[in-house]
Amino acid sequence: MSSIGTGYDLSASQFSPDGRVFQVEYAAKAVENSGTVIGLRGKDGVVFGVEKLVTSKLYEPGANKRIFHVDEHVGMAVSGLISDARQIVETARSEASNYRSQYGIQVPLKYLNERVSMYMHAYTLYSAVRPYGCSVVMGTWTDYEGPQMYMLDPSGVSFSYFGCAVGKAKQAAKTEIEKLKLADMSVKDLVKEAARIIYLVHDELKDKQFELELSWVSEATKGKHELVPREVASEAENLAKQALADIEDSDEGEM
Amino acid sequence: MAASVINTYTDPGMPEWLSAPHSTGTSIMACEFDGGVVIGADSRTTTGAYIANRVTDKLTRITDHIYCCRSGSAADTQAIADIVTYHLNFHKMELSEEPLVQTAAAIFRELCYNYRDSLVAGILVAGWDKKNGGQIYSVPIGGMVQRQAVSIGGSGSTYVYGYVDANFKPNMTKEEAVKFVTNTLSLAILRDGSSGGVVRLGVITEAGVERSVILGDQLPKFYEG
Repeated sequence: MSSIGTGYDLSASQFSPDGRVFQVEYAAKAVENSGTVIGLRGKDGVVFGVEKLVTSKLYEPGANKRIFHVDEHVGMAVSGLISDARQIVETARSEASNYRSQYGIQVPLKYLNERVSMYMHAYTLYSAVRPYGCSVVMGTWTDYEGPQMYMLDPSGVSFSYFGCAVGKAKQAAKTEIEKLKLADMSVKDLVKEAARIIYLVHDELKDKQFELELSWVSEATKGKHELVPREVASEAENLAKQALADIEDSDEGEM
Repeated sequence: MAASVINTYTDPGMPEWLSAPHSTGTSIMACEFDGGVVIGADSRTTTGAYIANRVTDKLTRITDHIYCCRSGSAADTQAIADIVTYHLNFHKMELSEEPLVQTAAAIFRELCYNYRDSLVAGILVAGWDKKNGGQIYSVPIGGMVQRQAVSIGGSGSTYVYGYVDANFKPNMTKEEAVKFVTNTLSLAILRDGSSGGVVRLGVITEAGVERSVILGDQLPKFYEG
């Protein structure tokens, strides 16, 4: 980067002469080094898929989860620095809980997203802090507004999505997601797609070990965010492995 | 509340009713019907035995689709209604949609519970929202909150519980509900000395609120002994 060494990248509170805030861009880089996270919004709910990279064989299976419950009805999948992400989860949980005690109902995702975005954005404004090195995807399903999903950047920017991907292989994942007819698909189909996409974009050569995390919140779960049940998840995982094997076979055939 | 409310300042030469706080010794009511809610109230405000206002409006707007029926201290309930209105307006701007009746009730409850030792307020929160349609929440003295299909409040209500229990039907038409509320309030006014004046009504539906007044001489007639 041409600007390295110019001193404009040392603080989040200073612009570079061409109008950029380098600290925020570096935070985005931290996210790009993390395992891929995808969110799919179908007709009856939202599905999260996470490629959780396992950096040591000494970890127990299921350690360092990247999918969290924010409230009964809201799920959050995180990409980037896990310790930073856990703080965002905590913030979101407090917001959801405060909303519930103040207004007596579950927090609307639109509102929660706005609050968490504002919080993340605040960390791009001051010299004494660094931006959060994580992106998060939040999703919910409610009887009265249907499925909703938002993705939030370290810059504090957030958008509502039909399908989104973030992390190492976000480009490849987005290409796959774009092929889906998301608005017509049910979460049952989306779980399989999510597993398939995560397996497809995983780079075996660079990152050997990974665990697939799957969760959903849908009409079928009565608006509760839950990890995908073991049987359903392993079926999706087996299909994903099969699909990957089929691609490899056909690649060999062409040679 | 009647004149028994504690007087902190009493001049021995001054009649007690002059320093008694304004209160809405009241009859209020709210009733769900198919498509919305009907709210109603008498119009008497008393200062001790003196009628300080005979055409009071105890049906207070919170948002376009949420109203409250006030009973207890006039000052307390007006202040609470103002604060809740402020909170809901703010909330409406943040959400860019109409707040839920449930939300309004939760804010009323929060205030009434936290300041339960200094407030005299019995409030019915009623309104319509697109999530749950017409709803009524009762927030009595002490700061409880309870959803009810029909609810009555104020000193006059004690005389008409039986009438309400005997005559309420779920899923009434608007006309039936208006008639039911009018009759109940007329009966309450008849028996309760601290209720009286006119009957004010409001019908809240998806379209908003429709206000009306029934003057004292137009009220339905019942047996008067």
